Amino acid sequence: MKLDNYFDRSLWVFHLNTGSCNGCDIEIVALLTPRYDVERFGIKLVGTPRHADVLLVTGPVNRKMLPRLKLIYEQTPDPKAVIVVGACGTSGGVFYDSYNVVGPVDKHIPVDVYVPGCPVRPEAIINGVLQAWLKLERLRGSGADIEKKIAEVNA
Amino acid sequence: MSVSSIFIFILKILGTLLIAVLGVIIGLFYKGIDRKLAALLQSRVGPPIRQPFLDFFKLMIKENIVPKNAVPWIFNGAPVLALVSTITILFYLPFGPIPALFANSGDLILIVYLLAMPAVALVTGGFSSGSSYASIGAQREMVLLMSYELPLVTTVIVLGWRLNLAFPGLKVFSLASFSTNPIWGIVGPLGFLGAILLLFTLVIVTPAELSVVPFDTPEAETELAGGVLVEYSGRNLALFELTNAVKMVVMGTLTIVLFFPYNISPLLSLSGFPAYIMDILFFFVKLFVVLFFEVTFIRVALARLKIDQASSAYLIFLSVIGLIGLLFMAVDYLI
Repeated sequence: MKLDNYFDRSLWVFHLNTGSCNGCDIEIVALLTPRYDVERFGIKLVGTPRHADVLLVTGPVNRKMLPRLKLIYEQTPDPKAVIVVGACGTSGGVFYDSYNVVGPVDKHIPVDVYVPGCPVRPEAIINGVLQAWLKLERLRGSGADIEKKIAEVNA
Repeated sequence: MSVSSIFIFILKILGTLLIAVLGVIIGLFYKGIDRKLAALLQSRVGPPIRQPFLDFFKLMIKENIVPKNAVPWIFNGAPVLALVSTITILFYLPFGPIPALFANSGDLILIVYLLAMPAVALVTGGFSSGSSYASIGAQREMVLLMSYELPLVTTVIVLGWRLNLAFPGLKVFSLASFSTNPIWGIVGPLGFLGAILLLFTLVIVTPAELSVVPFDTPEAETELAGGVLVEYSGRNLALFELTNAVKMVVMGTLTIVLFFPYNISPLLSLSGFPAYIMDILFFFVKLFVVLFFEVTFIRVALARLKIDQASSAYLIFLSVIGLIGLLFMAVDYLI
């Protein structure tokens, strides 16, 4: 299997809320509005992780969401990228050290891109998806076996 | 078998391949136009026209997951069955001046049956994927299938019946006789009104056949997370996308054959090869215009219906409209 040029022009995004306050989620939905219109880059929000190429994770991970987060990460078909949106997901944010929060997202699943902000600007999310393209380009490399490289990145 | 019949046989096989590839390309191309036009109608920029091709190639290189609860052979077989049965319809449809490849062997009734096949494949695939979301989606798809079949069949039967009354010797339900005798020419003023009602019926049935908004209830992304397609990924999902694209071409062509089978070459007083080329181009213009009104316009203008609303819209309102069309046709013939 080889990643080709089609990939980064057709990223389907699944949005996963792991206990976020909805601030970042509203900004993600704002991406689809005529003002930002991410569909012009081929980015599309999908309803199920099975269709997704990119996981957009918001929120500090709370205890209830942790198994779901791992499950949804595993349900997403390879090759995939994970983008954490917002301060809570990147560091814990205001919920840092809280008793019912089990840590930033990258403690549990491999994260490729961090988009900081509370809440993030839609432009910053578009930039984050661009960074995910760069990751996929690195994966593509010289066309070597993608599974090996993904295992390398995940390790 | 003589040499010439073998030659014709090989030609037909090559023809099927050509039509299958062209149908897929035209379908994906219109899907791109559809997304662009929908974006423009919502005052967005929209994706490039080739976006469905990019999506398709991307899905082909993605991992193809078969869930643990799924029945693998049905789960993997359903998309293939859907695509094959949809492409088969293309062989029976005349494309403007080009006659159908199997013009002598199939008719409109066969097409109506074949049109139900992708939906049946989707239902079996959804049930076999072992996800509760998918089974709800499959149930809705089944309800919708049973609802839109009645108005669709009403349209087809009434047109065939009227054609048979006008030309008793003609092969009824043969697509060639539909495209050589447009319905508008053989009916009176009341029948004209009836034909408009039947055209309306067919136009409203199309979004459900293609499962686009407002009749995409089986695939509702916001409440069913993708419905019947929820567990499909990679290659299987790509095949379903192709099925949808080809089905768009099928429904558009069906509308053209039944209601707008006119060519442009008599108007331009062309003949021979230029007329042929102009007719083919004109056919594609017609196809895209028809699909714009059947798919894109309805999709942008309306929001998704609930399954009971969608079902009653077809079973009650649209069936009544179709039957009124039948009544007008009958009265038009009797007076």
